[in-house]
Amino acid sequence: MEWLRNLLHEIGAGWAVEWPKALNVPLNSWINDFVEWLITEHGQAFEAVSNSISVVLLAIEQTLRGMPWLVMFFFITALAWFISGRRLGMTILVAVCLFSIGLIDPQLWDNAMVTLSVMLVATILCIVIGIPVGLLISAQDRLRSLVIPLLDLMQTMPSFVYLIPAIMLFGLGAVPAIFATVIYAIPPVIRLTDLGIRLVDSGLGEACDAMGANRIQKLLGLQIPTALPNILQGINQTTMLALSMVVIASMIGTRGLGTEVLLGLQQLNVGRALEAGIAIVLLAIVMDRITQAYGRKLLRAQRGR
Amino acid sequence: MGASSCERNGADEELSLIEIRNIYKIFGKSASRAFTLARSGQSKQRILSETGCTVGLQDVSLNVADGEIFVVMGLSGSGKSTLIRHINRLIEPTAGQVLVRGRDVLSLNRQELVNFRRSTVSMVFQRFALFPHITVWENVAYGLKVQGAPRPKRMERALGWLDKVGLNGFERQLPRQLSGGMQQRVGLARALCTDPDILLMDEPFSALDPLIRNQMQKQLMALQQDFHKTIVFITHDLDEALLLGDHIAILKDGLVEQVGRPQDIVLRPASPYVREFVRDVNRGRVLTAEAIMTPCPRNKGDNRGEASVTRDTVIEDLLHQSVATDRVLKVVDDTGGVIGEIHRDAVLKALVARP
Repeated sequence: MEWLRNLLHEIGAGWAVEWPKALNVPLNSWINDFVEWLITEHGQAFEAVSNSISVVLLAIEQTLRGMPWLVMFFFITALAWFISGRRLGMTILVAVCLFSIGLIDPQLWDNAMVTLSVMLVATILCIVIGIPVGLLISAQDRLRSLVIPLLDLMQTMPSFVYLIPAIMLFGLGAVPAIFATVIYAIPPVIRLTDLGIRLVDSGLGEACDAMGANRIQKLLGLQIPTALPNILQGINQTTMLALSMVVIASMIGTRGLGTEVLLGLQQLNVGRALEAGIAIVLLAIVMDRITQAYGRKLLRAQRGR
Repeated sequence: MGASSCERNGADEELSLIEIRNIYKIFGKSASRAFTLARSGQSKQRILSETGCTVGLQDVSLNVADGEIFVVMGLSGSGKSTLIRHINRLIEPTAGQVLVRGRDVLSLNRQELVNFRRSTVSMVFQRFALFPHITVWENVAYGLKVQGAPRPKRMERALGWLDKVGLNGFERQLPRQLSGGMQQRVGLARALCTDPDILLMDEPFSALDPLIRNQMQKQLMALQQDFHKTIVFITHDLDEALLLGDHIAILKDGLVEQVGRPQDIVLRPASPYVREFVRDVNRGRVLTAEAIMTPCPRNKGDNRGEASVTRDTVIEDLLHQSVATDRVLKVVDDTGGVIGEIHRDAVLKALVARP
């Protein structure tokens, strides 16, 4: 290709060979300025958000860690039992996974409770924000065409890119980790809420309208109930994604199972890292089964036993 | 009224409950341009190729009298389902008016429309459209629920209607646990539960087996005897239309081909299209004595001992009498006065479609 470069240079079209310096959108400095502006002008607002999330997180964390492990164990197992509609096999699986976490290393139980509380807060935030957004974009096509690319962006952007500004805004600790987790984990619940509502049979919507239901009645009486299996699937996906952020979150000061993995790797203690890794997987199975069980129960009820 | 009383056109003089006036419905982006074309009488195909718009309905006007079953008949794509959805405004017309009891449905604001749908008009759907996540009785009572009726009242009314459609004891089932026919009976009970004046039925029996369809038609007629709703009934089945309809409108490509009583349609098809349709109809089951008789001046009480039939007897039911007697059959009205007579030839002629 050398001859082509030379040729272009000779005819004075050097700009076509090397990217011209002037042809540049200074996105870099814009964003830096924007973040700086956010910190200086709205630092207090972020601090307020940060504090309120911290308070909730602390309360949940203290409850989960303060509870004797045996009580927690029976509580979660009982939850699985009732939510799944008294399915013995699934309950046993949950119990075994849960028990194994402590069995691998007693210290991991406590770490698992810390991780669980971070996940709970992140998941609750995802649900509280994600379901309304999902409902909104299911009703508004134009808004949807704006939000969907944003969701793609949130899922594909490497998480470190927004983790660092999050630290700048919220300070070190659990809150920026939760913020990053919400960004990464919220798309499924939005997408599946939107999808679920759109999949509701249009004939049913027509019947609802024809009987004189107003919008709220239609939403609460028909659309959300019939879309619920999909919405729950979204919540399940969201919890799984949230759990997958645990290790990354631990890098910015969240404690829990992720920290164990990180410490194990730093000390070249592969055993310790692997133990914590297995505990994460076990916790994931427990969360997955419990969040899926309810959706499955609903589906069974809707499609006939 | 003398001799002319043999011609009955009372139905046309009754007050219309629903008036549909010059409805146009055009689907597509450049609807206003297509509307101008449609108004100037261009054909559906021409408008489609010029503007890319589909003409759903073209200048449709109909009057539905209080308490009658009005059947809109047409093949798929004729616009019949689109038409019925204009009455409760599930679809907005491109132009035209829909009046119910003289009130313009299209001028209602959102809240008025909701109230109108809650109190005046309800609908039965081809695919039943029962809510899958709630029980049968909750489905039936849904219309009352959106009105804010208390639960005991909802339950009582729903169970009452389930009983009337013969589904006693199924109230706690989920819709999918019932057969198609039973599901549509739930749909019917749901539509009737709010005690509406108008029942819109969009091909309600088309998805059912012939035998079940027959049962449902009979049940509908029995219910109509008791409750006298105004029913707009959509079907693609001419036999069903002739059986149920007090009046029938035949729709083709969004245009009304003919409106009339079943006998008018069979005896005097207004277009080749309608003639084609009615050719295979069992005329003996549709045509009544009145439609085929030779009218005569009304004559009270002079029919002692003579063979007579009431004016709404269908040919099928007077055949054996006609064959048995060598003289003419007298046709009598509700009070027993003779209003016409039928020769055997007339019966035979009526049974054979004119070419």
